[in-house]
Amino acid sequence: MPIDSKKTLQLAHGGGGRLMQELIHDVFLRVFHNPMLEPLHDGATWPVEKGTLAFTTDSYVVRPLFFPGGDIGSLAVNGTINDLAMCGAKPLYLSAGFILEEGLDLDVLQRIVNSMAEAARAAGVPIVTGDTKVVDRGKGDGIFINTAGVGLVPGGVRVLPALIQPGDAILVSGDLGSHGVAVLSVREGLTFAGNVESDTTPLHRIVSDLVQSGIEIHCLRDLTRGGLASVLNELAVAAKVGMTVDEAVIPVNEPVRGACELLGLDPLYVANEGRFAAMVPAQQVEAALAVMRRHETASQAAHIGVVIDSDPPMVVLKTVVGTHRVLDLLSGEQLPRIC
Amino acid sequence: MKYVDEFRDRGMALALAERIKKAVRRPWTIMEVCGGQTHAIVRFGLDSLLPQDLTLVHGPGCPVCVTPVSLIDQAVCLASLPRVIFCSFGDMLRVPGSRGDLFGVKAAGGDIRIVYSPLDALELARKNPDREVVCFAVGFETTAPAWAMAVTQAKQLGINNFSLLIAHVLVPPAMEAILSSPQNRIQGFLAAGHVCTIMGYEEYESIAQRYRVPIVVTGFEPLDVLEGVAMLVSQLEERRVEVENQYVRSVSREGNRQAKTIVGEVFEPAPRIWRGIGEIPASGLRLKSAYRAYDAELKFQRELAQLTEGIEDPECRNGLVLQGLLKPPDCPAFGTRCTPEQPLGAPMVSSEGACAAYYRYRSRATAKA
Repeated sequence: MPIDSKKTLQLAHGGGGRLMQELIHDVFLRVFHNPMLEPLHDGATWPVEKGTLAFTTDSYVVRPLFFPGGDIGSLAVNGTINDLAMCGAKPLYLSAGFILEEGLDLDVLQRIVNSMAEAARAAGVPIVTGDTKVVDRGKGDGIFINTAGVGLVPGGVRVLPALIQPGDAILVSGDLGSHGVAVLSVREGLTFAGNVESDTTPLHRIVSDLVQSGIEIHCLRDLTRGGLASVLNELAVAAKVGMTVDEAVIPVNEPVRGACELLGLDPLYVANEGRFAAMVPAQQVEAALAVMRRHETASQAAHIGVVIDSDPPMVVLKTVVGTHRVLDLLSGEQLPRIC
Repeated sequence: MKYVDEFRDRGMALALAERIKKAVRRPWTIMEVCGGQTHAIVRFGLDSLLPQDLTLVHGPGCPVCVTPVSLIDQAVCLASLPRVIFCSFGDMLRVPGSRGDLFGVKAAGGDIRIVYSPLDALELARKNPDREVVCFAVGFETTAPAWAMAVTQAKQLGINNFSLLIAHVLVPPAMEAILSSPQNRIQGFLAAGHVCTIMGYEEYESIAQRYRVPIVVTGFEPLDVLEGVAMLVSQLEERRVEVENQYVRSVSREGNRQAKTIVGEVFEPAPRIWRGIGEIPASGLRLKSAYRAYDAELKFQRELAQLTEGIEDPECRNGLVLQGLLKPPDCPAFGTRCTPEQPLGAPMVSSEGACAAYYRYRSRATAKA
């Protein structure tokens, strides 16, 4: 087994010497191996096709590192792939940057790296360049990961908030809130929410199928931090439109609803890592839903609302009892209530 | 979801709203006591289903909102002590005191933990014998039994690095304070279902009779609130004065005996200052002498002695809001100088605060109009 003489990470693992070489070869290269990474050059190179590139980056600082359904590693790979997919792009390559804290258990690091390699393989998007830094104990929180990604936007595809128009249908790709509740259940030791697994998953294949089926996608957005409510508000402002969504048809599964009811959280503001909203022309709703539902992770895809003219931009929720109210941005994180 | 979906049924909600519309013949002003009910009303838009002649005003039943500035200042002071682990429910962290809020202390390095149960806080004390675990014990009768349980367990287990900063308040004295105010315009109450689940509603019967005011113990789901309103309107129109129980699936007349026993074992009534309202006699709880060792105000007397009198932001009219004398959108600061990001007072912060409910669920434009 690699580096079996040292169980925990030392500052020397980032010092440029033999220990660092061992770390790179034994922990990272062994599992990330691919022809573009193996030359161990300062960067990866590849010939450019004609067309439009998409480029994105995201950093991952999640606590706990492992949670039901995923871990910081799979999240770091899927999250950046999804950001590319939301640009309408086919993800090509990823980079991975690690900021590791002295004292980190090397087994933990290896599990996370293995999980990244597995997620990258499953998605068909290789990690082709990377970087590692080790910081003093107390100067990090075990492990921070940054991933960046490059993708290719197929000809004719334009996916932008500004393209959202009154009359567009609003779709979500599946049930909401699982990721946030899964992480909360481990972080806070909430045993009653124990069966909920994170929804972390790559979304690029669903998007690619939508594009290839001729769906005229106006906009896509993954429903990460702040959940559906925050995303719709951002898009409404960006596109200078209003949106009306119907609470009764927004898919939220029982265990998530139960946990949210108990804690006083609103699932519409809870984070997802494998769900997105799509704005498409009204006449393509059924076709788009059919494409999405062919994928297991989007089997609960639903048509939840409509884009309307509105000045100022505003998102309105039709409640389950049939009344209407504003679905606003939260000022910060949702806080569990007292009673 | 069972016990939730059946109480959010659209058809039944509309039928109840229709029943209320038919029953109301004169203008009435009624108060929902609990902030949880306020949020249900605004979150589900229930007031838009009610006739114009029926005015709902929001009561003082938000524990975060009524906690006085001086106690927030004490919390900030204790949470800043290096040896203290300060435990709080999430809602309290953003409430402004006169020297900042607990989020600010956390950002400056204070060890503040959000807990979901008092017993979790006790466990924290057991695991950290070299630290002092101080808990912000905030709430109405609903949360008091759990704090009482934590204190008795601390005593049994000999855990001495555990104490409570107590901001516990009681509902009936606050209702009496509202009713005895010369400006009072409340003609009926929806009493707080969760508080009555613990305490029962015997003590409300004398309030109803003495002030000639009907009371309906009411739950928190849309159909609960609408049914509670319908029952209250019937009483008002028929000139009946009774305590009725809408929330029968949770509340009995005598309440939860075990919970009441443990609260009585650990706590006793004490005068308490309500934010924006002032001192109300016997409206709070304090630890009985046998448990005083767990009172953070006594334990940290020396540290707290340096605090000067807390000052409320003069622009915040939370006292009027909490007594139902001012609707949040009618406050000149609402949505302009006072927002959830920059709150002047607690009702704009708490998940049960009336100002936050209006801010979050209403268009500012329409709320102002």
